[in-house]
Amino acid sequence: MRAVGIILAGGNSHRMKELSNKRAISAMPVAGSYRAIDFALSNMTNSSVQKVAVLTQYNSRSLHEHLSSSKWWNFGRKQGGLFVFTPTITADNNAWYRGTADAIYQNLDFLKKSHEPYVIIASGDCVYKMDYNKVLEYHIEKKADITVVCKEMPPTEDVTRFGLIRMNEDSRIEEFDEKPMVSTSNTVSTGIYVLRRRQLIELVERCAQEDRYDFVRDILIRYKNLKRIYGYKINDYWSNIATVESYFKTNMDFLKPEVRDYFFRQYPDVYSKVDDLPPAKYNPGSVVKNSLVSSGCIINGRVENSVLFKTVFVGENCVIKNSIIMNDVYLGDNTYIENCIVESRDTIRANSHHVGEDGIKIVVEKNERYVL
Amino acid sequence: MIKKEMIAMLLAGGQGSRLGVLTSKVAKPAVAFGGKYRIIDFPLSNCINSGVDTVGVLTQYQPLRLNTHIGIGIPWDLDKNIGGVSILPPYEKSSNSDWYTGTANAIYQNLTYMELYNPEYVLILSGDHIYKMDYEVMLEFHKASNADVSIAVMPVPMEEASRFGVVVTDDNNRITEFQEKPEHPKSNLASMGIYIFSWKALKEALVTLKDQSNCDFGKHVIPYCHEKGEKLVAYEYNGYWKDVGTLGSYWEANMELIDIIPEFNLYEEFWKIYTSNEIIPPQYVAEDAVIDRCIIGDGSEIYGEVHNSVIGAGVTIAKGAVVRDSIIMRGVTVGENVVMNRAIVAENTVIGKNVELGIGEDVPNKIKPGVYAFGLVTIGENSVIPDNVKIGKNTAISGETIAEDYPNGILESGETLIKAGEAL
Repeated sequence: MRAVGIILAGGNSHRMKELSNKRAISAMPVAGSYRAIDFALSNMTNSSVQKVAVLTQYNSRSLHEHLSSSKWWNFGRKQGGLFVFTPTITADNNAWYRGTADAIYQNLDFLKKSHEPYVIIASGDCVYKMDYNKVLEYHIEKKADITVVCKEMPPTEDVTRFGLIRMNEDSRIEEFDEKPMVSTSNTVSTGIYVLRRRQLIELVERCAQEDRYDFVRDILIRYKNLKRIYGYKINDYWSNIATVESYFKTNMDFLKPEVRDYFFRQYPDVYSKVDDLPPAKYNPGSVVKNSLVSSGCIINGRVENSVLFKTVFVGENCVIKNSIIMNDVYLGDNTYIENCIVESRDTIRANSHHVGEDGIKIVVEKNERYVL
Repeated sequence: MIKKEMIAMLLAGGQGSRLGVLTSKVAKPAVAFGGKYRIIDFPLSNCINSGVDTVGVLTQYQPLRLNTHIGIGIPWDLDKNIGGVSILPPYEKSSNSDWYTGTANAIYQNLTYMELYNPEYVLILSGDHIYKMDYEVMLEFHKASNADVSIAVMPVPMEEASRFGVVVTDDNNRITEFQEKPEHPKSNLASMGIYIFSWKALKEALVTLKDQSNCDFGKHVIPYCHEKGEKLVAYEYNGYWKDVGTLGSYWEANMELIDIIPEFNLYEEFWKIYTSNEIIPPQYVAEDAVIDRCIIGDGSEIYGEVHNSVIGAGVTIAKGAVVRDSIIMRGVTVGENVVMNRAIVAENTVIGKNVELGIGEDVPNKIKPGVYAFGLVTIGENSVIPDNVKIGKNTAISGETIAEDYPNGILESGETLIKAGEAL
């Protein structure tokens, strides 16, 4: 392969509220059976990128657990492999990753020791399928210094949490507004970049000399008139899950047949760590409507328009509507849940009542689990 | 020098002809079970859960599915540097190249494999039983009894004992007598086909009996050891154990999984059953779907009704279809408005629209009344059923069938319809 991959998975966002208390956003469970980073990792392996570094920092325990073996994504070969880099104290550095460029700089050895001419940088919190080779071909054809993959968002979407892009007719990027107060365009950067490995090494080394740490602010925006920075539009499904609302919406998108077909049934597959769980079980009294159910679930109650992650237990006479129930949740009998995201490993007592009145309610309840 | 205290030899070469079209292209141990498993997953998982990490799998009949399923043993953690899982097919020798002619003959032909690990004990398993068992406990028992051979047995109702090999024991569990499918059983302890041999006793018996034709454990090796005066003991097991050798018992064992608290529980935290997971997305249950009392595998899409059934991974059940008391394996498509009762549908079969399965009288199957019984409709893998046909009870279908194959649009009860491939 002509490129190595870097997945930026260190970030945190206050927009995730309580959901990021115990895990990095890239480790967020998505679509029943997956975690967010599975999409970027699967894209890498399906684009035959054999060598991938995952840069983690914030709350990385659950991400490390997920990445404990690289075999699920078909890495771990004699050539290449999956490398997980968490900040460490070294003789000449004792800082955390101070930004995305700094994170790459602190692991510059990974890039310097590689021989592949290109680097694909992706973020671990987006849900999409993509053949990075297509971007790479475009990058070469445009003779670009950096190619930024971007997505046209629907006008209804609030895009001020993204980097906004304006391009000329040739797709060269003219304006790049990082998280502006008011939206100036509805083309957003997806956080996927392609550039030459040597170019990247040079850029982040320069940043480090100048005490600059951020890839977007200190490289993309600072160099936008100096370097040939191009935009590549992605027309298929792409979603960033880094807010509670978009996390909820992304999961609910999988209730649409076209989204399921695209991710679950069309080649290539999305891979994830396999948990060896039994199939889902529906006992008498279960009523399930328009919902996703994952392996290991046992259902005794009513589930509508919801996404159930792995090993969820739904007690008798429960009603779950329009909600996301994350992994390994126990819902006691007669529980009512509507418009909620229930945090993983929760135990909800019998007869509980949780309704998200205006917007999505995040339920975090740690009770003793007596029976299962 | 490599030293493994106990290695396992798993007999997986049999056809299992009583499973009819289900095993026309795959060996019985590779038949799907319980929504996502294959039968061999149970003994393999038992091995690794019991700390037995060296397993030779003896294959012979239609091994492709079995080979691809087992691979290098990753799902069961049997991809070891030393030991792990090895697939042992019959092989050509400089003289007398033979197929495996019997269970003990198969083991005899792999003496060198066993010697490689220098074992003290050898565990003999068969790949067609559904159960969870800690072989380490059985080994402790074997050692404590100072036995040469231990046979796992379980008590069965006296009236059923004549279907099994029965052992008679004294007060110290020592076996005093054998009866193979006796008319008047003297005991209700049935052999489960699970043996632990002390290596020396096994090797000696196999070498002595090497010229015995169709050399079999139950018929030859165990009687030989008994006559020779070796110490044979019975290890009594009281958990769930099911031989899924017939379509009826296969269907029953699947149906027992959907009880509210099943006797054989797949949902326990300990003693997990491992399998190779090829399909991992969650399953989707549509707005109009009705589901109760069933288990459903990953990646399936249910738009119709499913009652009392075991559905595999990647299955599509279209709108208006009603599936009852059935087993549907991986990748099957059930068309719109299909009505299915008591059917077993093997992998990747496509059932057209408005098909009715399991109608009419319970007439015995004309060709193989002993196989296609229990009122079941049995459909082999990769079959195609055209739209609008009706299919009776005790029937078997295999291959790509077309409307012309169904006189007046009906396959009457007791008929068999096999197209393409070798006849059964």
